[in-house]
Amino acid sequence: MKKTSKVVEYNKWGYIFLIPFTVVYAIFQLIPLISTIYNSFFENFRSGLKQIGPNFIGFANYAKILSDGDLWKYMGNTMIMWIIGFVPQILVSLLLAAWFTDPSLRLKCQQFFKTVIYLPNLIMASAFAMLFFTLFADSGPVNSILIQMGILEKPFSFMSSVTATRCLVGLMNFLMWFGNTTILLMAGMMGIDQSLFEAAEVDGATAGQIFRKVTLPLLRPILVYVMITSLIGGLQMFDVPQILTNGSGDPARSTLTMIMWLNKHLYSKNFGMGGALSVLLFLVTGVLSIAVFKMTGTNTDK
Amino acid sequence: MKKKLLSTLLASTMVAGMLAGCGSSSDSAAPAATQAPAAATEAATEAPAAATEAATEAATEAPAADEGKVLNIQCWNEEFINRLTDHYPGYEANDASDPTKGGKIGDVEVKFTITPSDDNAYQNNLDTILPENANASADDKVDIFLMEADYALKYVNSDVTMNLADLGIDADKDLGDQFQYTKDIVTDATGNLKGASWQACSAGLIYNRAAAKEVLGSDDPADVQEAVKDWDTFNATAAKLKEKGYTITSSVNDTYRVYSNNVSAPWVQDGKVVIDDNIKKWADDSKALLDAGETNNYELWSDDWNKGFYPDGKVFCYFGPAWLINFSMAPDQDGSIAKDGGWGFCVGPQSFYWGGTWIAAAAGTDNPTLVKDVILTMTTDQDVLKEIVEKDYDCVNSKSLLTSLAADDSFGLPVLGGQNPYGELEKGAENVDMSNISDYDQGCNEEFQTAMKGFFDGNYKTYDDAVAAFNKAIVEKYPELTTD
Repeated sequence: MKKTSKVVEYNKWGYIFLIPFTVVYAIFQLIPLISTIYNSFFENFRSGLKQIGPNFIGFANYAKILSDGDLWKYMGNTMIMWIIGFVPQILVSLLLAAWFTDPSLRLKCQQFFKTVIYLPNLIMASAFAMLFFTLFADSGPVNSILIQMGILEKPFSFMSSVTATRCLVGLMNFLMWFGNTTILLMAGMMGIDQSLFEAAEVDGATAGQIFRKVTLPLLRPILVYVMITSLIGGLQMFDVPQILTNGSGDPARSTLTMIMWLNKHLYSKNFGMGGALSVLLFLVTGVLSIAVFKMTGTNTDK
Repeated sequence: MKKKLLSTLLASTMVAGMLAGCGSSSDSAAPAATQAPAAATEAATEAPAAATEAATEAATEAPAADEGKVLNIQCWNEEFINRLTDHYPGYEANDASDPTKGGKIGDVEVKFTITPSDDNAYQNNLDTILPENANASADDKVDIFLMEADYALKYVNSDVTMNLADLGIDADKDLGDQFQYTKDIVTDATGNLKGASWQACSAGLIYNRAAAKEVLGSDDPADVQEAVKDWDTFNATAAKLKEKGYTITSSVNDTYRVYSNNVSAPWVQDGKVVIDDNIKKWADDSKALLDAGETNNYELWSDDWNKGFYPDGKVFCYFGPAWLINFSMAPDQDGSIAKDGGWGFCVGPQSFYWGGTWIAAAAGTDNPTLVKDVILTMTTDQDVLKEIVEKDYDCVNSKSLLTSLAADDSFGLPVLGGQNPYGELEKGAENVDMSNISDYDQGCNEEFQTAMKGFFDGNYKTYDDAVAAFNKAIVEKYPELTTD
């Protein structure tokens, strides 16, 4: 009897240590989440100086978003731009991480290169987008270089081409995040027991075989983590395309991401539609994350 | 016991850490909290003193002293600040080198608040403070705010703007010399006038004299006008210009205002967005000109658009008002057409206006007498307006003054090679008809041009696709509107 009470008494410190997180989570995550869901059931916006609502309208906001099909188009835009950035990002990161962690290569100045590849991430996304906007403008430096080299005859309007604009967004996301991913994958690779590599070498496996048969399977938990965080980040893509296209999502709304669409509703302070869209986005993010986790994570449970 | 002590210690460090995490706020809050009572008592002791001072002052000063001591003016740039500082009789600037620091009119303090228009910030600011203006403390009450035509109706059609008649300004008697279109823009749904402007930014077609001589054989405004007198003739002239290597305009966006000022009905009718025939005509004409290589698709004010300010840009004409000619077409740059006086001016296919600032009185102002005087002085006083013309080259909002300027050869503009445009500007201002504006013009015009850019670039296959995108954007911006 005395013993159990002592354990209970001791356990309370666990709860006390949890208080900071719980408080911060409740204030900055839980309450906003609940109020977003609550707001999504109301017609509530401003027209100029007039406030309209809040009037309870049930699921009308959701019906409106889901019925006109735009959601899928903007989700498509978001995913296309995410994939354009993510595929090169994961490939380059895997390669760099494998090189950096391979002791037999004896790379010099490792610290320097690790810092350099991480640097783009330190620049503010909006500054980075502004830089690209200037570089790829119709009369910007990239066009003048291409013309002087004789590759182009007249300036190519990058911002008027759907493919070019999407690729620019992808390129920027790739440049900004591949350093971060490399560091994460390196951490994962260095966690693998060196004796496994040595054993594989002794058995006569080539470098490619070691990478595919030893490194990749053991790296799976970290890969899953990288994929999920990148997917969630990708779904919430906003600042780069917003600044690059000046909020318009042009050409022809082909770079309009879901969050940019959400932002457009806030012009009229339309909290109802904004809330409904946020809730849908929350659900989609949740479902996709679970799907990725299930697809790639089954083996790790064993 | 020891364990307990340790855990208490750990827990308390953690809580301390948590507080440190919010450091910046709690640190600064603590001293602020201790200072606050002190400040409050100070204020409390000072306040009665100030009040009695003000009261005694008020008692000895002029009868208008029952009005506020501070005239608050909301604006988005320094234009009006400079006009008021330079031309309002009896205005004393606090700092002659920086007019934005405000000044004094008699014993009333004039304070300017500048909020830039970018990202709708200026309007967002007005939307927040104007409805609360009646409850604001006396020194913070907004007395005057400035508006642009694109969104003026939004404020004019609400209670936040005072009727000029309530200030004692008679629209017919006091403002009879002003152009009708400048009044249409600030007239609410029931016919009340709620603002006034000192500018009549009527605009016209500014053509390159060298190009006119080469292609049309004459650079006389009357002859050039004949070649651009309506849109069909204008487009036919574009083909002629193309043969000599000129584009008729620098960008399709140059002509948008000309078409959109001449619509037959407002953008929004009974809550439904309707694309006027003249707006559609702009899209059709522009697409045709672009496909024929007779113009370009640059953004206004971009570096590419500006190229036509120089002879090598090979642009035949720009559309604009007096301020574009005087300030924007690089008149200070060597080699520019403007510096050599190489531009000419004529009315163009249709009359339009571009720009202008309207002065409005905020409901709840505590300086109605002064506000009335500022509006009347700045927009109707002939001496002040004459000064504005001479110093700032604004095309002023006074029929009689423009008539006398048009007759005065000394007002020929150097950038126009000595041509006096005031006659044409006055004619243009008479013809501008802005009775068809709506609360939603700014959003509709912006979104329509954005959507059509996609059409011109080929990213929307058809005009109808572009219109569908336009409709989407409008409903996002104005959820209460419907579209086709």
